[in-house]
Amino acid sequence: MRSLYMRRRRFDAFVRALCWGAAALGLTALGLILFTLFWNGLAGLTPQVFTQMTPPPGASEGGLLNAIVGSLIMTGLGVALGAPLGMLAGTYLAEYGRFEKLSSVVRFINDILLSAPSIIIGLFVYGAVVVPMGGFSGLAGALALAVLVIPVVVRTTEDMLRLVPNPLREAASALGLPRSLVIRRVAYRAARTGIVTGVLLATARVAGETAPLLFTSLSNQFWNVDLTQSMANLPVTINNFVQSPYEYWRQLAWTGALVITLAVLSLNIIARVLGAERTGK
Amino acid sequence: MTSTLDGAPPAVQFVDRAQALGAFKVSDATFYWLTRASAMLVLLILGGIIVTLAVGAWPAIQEFGPQFLWTQRWAPQLEPQPILGALGPIYGTLVTSAIAMAIAVPIGLGVAIFLTELCPPSLRQTFGGAIELLAGVPSIIYGMWGFFVLAPFLADTVQPALIRTFEGVPVLGDVFAGPPSYLSLFNASVVLAIMILPFITAISRDVFQTVPPMLKESAYGLGCTTWEVVRNVVIPYTRAGVLGGVMLALGRALGETMAVTFIIGNSFRITGSMFSPGTTISAAIASEFAEAGGVHQSALILLGLLLFFITFIVLACARLMLARLERNAGA
Repeated sequence: MRSLYMRRRRFDAFVRALCWGAAALGLTALGLILFTLFWNGLAGLTPQVFTQMTPPPGASEGGLLNAIVGSLIMTGLGVALGAPLGMLAGTYLAEYGRFEKLSSVVRFINDILLSAPSIIIGLFVYGAVVVPMGGFSGLAGALALAVLVIPVVVRTTEDMLRLVPNPLREAASALGLPRSLVIRRVAYRAARTGIVTGVLLATARVAGETAPLLFTSLSNQFWNVDLTQSMANLPVTINNFVQSPYEYWRQLAWTGALVITLAVLSLNIIARVLGAERTGK
Repeated sequence: MTSTLDGAPPAVQFVDRAQALGAFKVSDATFYWLTRASAMLVLLILGGIIVTLAVGAWPAIQEFGPQFLWTQRWAPQLEPQPILGALGPIYGTLVTSAIAMAIAVPIGLGVAIFLTELCPPSLRQTFGGAIELLAGVPSIIYGMWGFFVLAPFLADTVQPALIRTFEGVPVLGDVFAGPPSYLSLFNASVVLAIMILPFITAISRDVFQTVPPMLKESAYGLGCTTWEVVRNVVIPYTRAGVLGGVMLALGRALGETMAVTFIIGNSFRITGSMFSPGTTISAAIASEFAEAGGVHQSALILLGLLLFFITFIVLACARLMLARLERNAGA
């Protein structure tokens, strides 16, 4: 008996040690990534990063202004296009068609689009927008991001609306409110924080996306806010600078990566704080 | 029935009421159709993706036919006719994903078990939150880090060690054959593994937390060790969910672009060695698409279509398994 017990204890200790090891290894690797990012990124974080255009090859001066502005425009437009559509679709799934056969199909397809490779979305928008329009453009980039935003928002909106207690809807209906007003005036208000959280998470997700922009908006060295032209953006600029032989470009790539990561992380944190407040209530 | 608070004559109010109800009806119907159309849009996007890719890939399908799948040669500049085959990228995609999963799944599950069972409760929230945040870091960051930091480290220390260890061993000797390289399938797999690690951990942690505490407590009460509780209670209860999460991670690894493009070397040749450069479907598209034209571009779109089908199947399986878990949790 005793030896059996000892054997179980020993095996348990062994597995525990493995789990501790895995946690240490995993957290170290991930911590190391953040450390390198901050170390290298902070080294080049000067005001001129935010005030000057991306430099030509070989230059030792310049910033990321046009890329940052381009990224803001495309991300903003992508979310502005994708979020309302996603919210409406999520509303249908949660409110009107909750038990329809069709809804379960839409839900399933949406979940697949949610994790479909983003480079495929890039190819899709290339074929559907860039080719007919005759060239790379900021608009195509924004549309690619919108296609990525939609599934995220559909999912979170549906989940959040489902959390709204039915008696609220019943009470509103009993007062004679038409269905659409029950949804807009009652359900949306009850689920507001959750829906906003979803939109923030979707923004965080597309803000750092590179693959779908590679051949939709491309990127360039110039100041451009014309949506029909190729538009500079941070991720593709980083992509181009990383693989270059110029020291200054590589430095800018690290700085740009730090800027993106900080933006994405703060969006995520805001979303989480909002979400926590909601559940805390 | 109708209150006349403002004291307006009933007849006038009746007209107003009819108007108001009519307006309600219109806005009600509009809103309904708006939401319904948006829901249809999701299906439309899927249809659009398939049709657009199929149309773009058609010239390549006509040119190469099914042979495309098992041709290794990739010669877009060849005169008079380019020869293009998907075998190299398909091989690279499957191999890098397989190695990445082999590294990341055990470690990820270990970390998830650590977070749910072993970690001091005061630190659980912090670590769990940190892991979830890391799952949101854009993949290009992992790619950059792999290119500048990890690849030199692997090529200078890990690869030579592996080569020395397995030298002369029949099969493994060829798999881990030198020379060490900055750009290789192995390096790309390790970066992929690190990238999907927080993802696997976050999902498995969520899934492990669905186990009712009472089940675990009963097992502990019977004298089970932590490992026995995990092995006999937690894992059987969450099997479908864990598998679903792993498949989601696989879907991610298969389609990942930016984490691998920098360090895979973009070579279409298949050598048996893990330390030689290779390519994946997404890396090939990312590095060649912008400069490609004609049948070359069409072939890249066909590669994209193949990738979409592969990931579609993997993700569909993942979702079905996760749905089964939800049904269990609901019952």
